Amino acid sequence: MTAVPSTSAPLVIQAAKEAAWTILVVGLLSFLMVGYQTEVLQGQQMSFVNRFGDVIWAMVLIPIGRFLLVLARGGLLLPPAVLGGIATLYLFGAAVLGLAGSPLYGQLPLPYDQPMVNAIFGVGAVFILAAAIKGQRDRRRGAQTLEMREAAEARQARIARNMSSILGPILIVLAIVIPWTPWGDRAVVDSLVLVMTYVMLGWGLNIVVGLAGLLDLGYVAFYAVGAYTYAKLSIALGFTFWESLPIAGALAALFGVLLGFPVLRLRGDYLAIVTLGFGEIIRIVLINWQSFTGGPNGLGNITRIDFFGLPFERNPAPGTESFHTFFGLEFASTHRVFFLYYVIIVLALITNFVTIRLRKMPIGRAWEALREDETACRALGINPTNTKLTAFAIGAMFAGFAGSFFAARQGFVSPESFTFIESAVILAIVVLGGMGSQVGVALAALLLIGLPEVLRDLSLYRMLVFGGVMVLIMLWRPKGLLAYREPTLLLHGRRKRNKAGVQS
Amino acid sequence: MSAAMAAVSPAADTLLNVERLTMRFGGLIAINDVSFVAKRRQITGIIGPNGAGKTTLFNCITGFYKPTVGRLTLHGDAGHTYLLEQMDGFRIGQKARVARTFQNIRLFTGMSVLENLMVAQHNKLMLASGYTVLGLFGWPSFRRAERDARDKAVHWLEKTRLIGVADQPAGSLPYGDQRRLEIARAMCTDPIMLCLDEPAAGLNPRESADLNSLLLSIRDEFGIGLLLIEHDMSVVMGISDHIVVLDYGRKIAEGTPLDIRNDPAVIRAYLGEDGQE
Ligand SMILES: Nc1ncnc2c1ncn2[C@@H]1O[C@H](COP(=O)(O)OP(=O)(O)OP(=O)(O)O)[C@@H](O)[C@H]1O
Ligand SMILES: [Mg+2]
Repeated sequence: MTAVPSTSAPLVIQAAKEAAWTILVVGLLSFLMVGYQTEVLQGQQMSFVNRFGDVIWAMVLIPIGRFLLVLARGGLLLPPAVLGGIATLYLFGAAVLGLAGSPLYGQLPLPYDQPMVNAIFGVGAVFILAAAIKGQRDRRRGAQTLEMREAAEARQARIARNMSSILGPILIVLAIVIPWTPWGDRAVVDSLVLVMTYVMLGWGLNIVVGLAGLLDLGYVAFYAVGAYTYAKLSIALGFTFWESLPIAGALAALFGVLLGFPVLRLRGDYLAIVTLGFGEIIRIVLINWQSFTGGPNGLGNITRIDFFGLPFERNPAPGTESFHTFFGLEFASTHRVFFLYYVIIVLALITNFVTIRLRKMPIGRAWEALREDETACRALGINPTNTKLTAFAIGAMFAGFAGSFFAARQGFVSPESFTFIESAVILAIVVLGGMGSQVGVALAALLLIGLPEVLRDLSLYRMLVFGGVMVLIMLWRPKGLLAYREPTLLLHGRRKRNKAGVQS
Repeated sequence: MSAAMAAVSPAADTLLNVERLTMRFGGLIAINDVSFVAKRRQITGIIGPNGAGKTTLFNCITGFYKPTVGRLTLHGDAGHTYLLEQMDGFRIGQKARVARTFQNIRLFTGMSVLENLMVAQHNKLMLASGYTVLGLFGWPSFRRAERDARDKAVHWLEKTRLIGVADQPAGSLPYGDQRRLEIARAMCTDPIMLCLDEPAAGLNPRESADLNSLLLSIRDEFGIGLLLIEHDMSVVMGISDHIVVLDYGRKIAEGTPLDIRNDPAVIRAYLGEDGQE
């Protein structure tokens, strides 16, 4: 505490400087995007409505947030903690009131009319609060000795490993039997299909982000490629799901290579920005290439999934068999849902199995080495571009499979399903799960996708729950739910290693 | 064969021929017209005060920098010659088989010690795994290659006395162990030339003596050439066969340790102008 006063003056100045810059940046960015709203009047006319008030608010609030954030990161914790906490409670509380339609909302002094926009600023306040809490925790840790910290870390890693080895099989068994338990009604299994799709996407992206350490913000593009591949093949050429699955995967992988080739020389943030751009480009192409993709309306009438040639139809065309007639069952709509569920489980488990195998291959070790130190890899004669390209292509391939499954499930695809938010959600699953941890990713998908599904009745609050869960995990386990790394091969075996770990 | 090689290069035991190397960063000339020869089965010491351009020289040899001017010829096995200044960084490790360590150690800290040594054998294993395809199916030839790679790793772990910590994360080792691991990792690439950037930095006298014998045994057992940047005079003077002295990017002296010890230009460079007799 004694060190703070002597360093706080320059810190405040620095924070003020950064806040001033932020005013400029926010002003420039939001002037055109927020400042003017285009409105289509009756007929063909368009007019601009200016919203300068909103711009001014952003130019005031965001720099204040920046100021507090810099203070918190610099070690001046109290003001950011207090103000961030109050702002969080106030903005989220107001947003909840607003979403609930309470008349009180109109009475509160708030910068914006829409509750969601206020909630977004509330998320900003959470970041400030989180920075302050983290600062406090670091300070407390700073007082601990190195050994104490290392022992604590080793203990955490051991817990994470044990949890994973117990939880993994339990989760798999649960997933397989749940449709046959009393809880396994149609709605639940339907939600689980969604969760499993994200588990698979998370595992696929984990190869790129978790293993190879490449921050890919456009992963959804490959998902879209897979979905549209099946949609087109099904509509134009009459392919079944099973026939187009490998083609969708291969095409998505090809897109991965095409994108990766020019951009994988970039590092870190630059790569993230370019991949983000690529995701948007794909989406915009899907919207604008009307003749091929159906534009914003998308493509409908895609052949639904079939049971290896037997469709799930109540009334099969004369002379053909359907699933229930072939097996002599009563028609039930659950048949298709259950089958979809087991298909996605198998696809996801294949992704998982291949990832685990790949990690122990030379290529997998090279991915991890590249994540740790690209320069050292170069010195060892490892071709960084090729190594990254394979990670990108394999990750993309699994997204392609998942996309094609998505199309077969929905029977309909449109660009709306492939927005940046999807990429962000998948990335959140990987990061929150604990980068590289397979069980962690599955748990994170269950929390982030499953929980909002359970709370579907609360409709609008779902996104708040989503944000809240994310913030809580980041606070509670900054490295992810189950962050640990198992070596790909052991010389002395597990027991000896544990003992050595305890002794040292 | 040896006659043919003699026709190609003036001296059959030349490993690396550095000719008129210059490296400029904007206005700064980090290496200025430096030429020297490093021989097989020899330890060539590179010394010089801070900022003399030693690390920059290594970065040119190992392809991290493209030299502004000059030629770097490596005479490989079986009469192959490589013009290093024209090769991509990673190909110098892969094809020309030049390995290096870094002044500020660069290990894969999150991976285990053993894994670090397996990654070093990537190219060989990649081929054996049929670019992963055969490997995924557990092809026998891949399993054999993997076992051989592991044996090689174990051999180096024993040689560097790291066998007991083979399964620990590399980042958790003490400093001296990390230095030795980096050398072991470089040796696992089967190099014909090994470039060491201050391997004795931060070692205590006992570790430093150990290092000397390790480097000598690498030279004698594997017959490879070593380039050794070092500030610790007991190491350089003790084990170098030949020494090149750089100062402000220029080569100011070259010769045996004894020559260098008595060279007035070297004494001046190290002691500064005040030290002039
Ligand atoms: N990438 C670069 N860009 C600009 N200048 C550089 C770069 N790399 C090295 N230099 C400069 O070149 C000169 C030589 O640096 P170098 O690292 O080769 O010295 P060194 O002999 O290894 O010194 P030390 O003993 O401290 O390691 C220094 O003045 C350094 O600042
Ligand atoms: Mg140096």
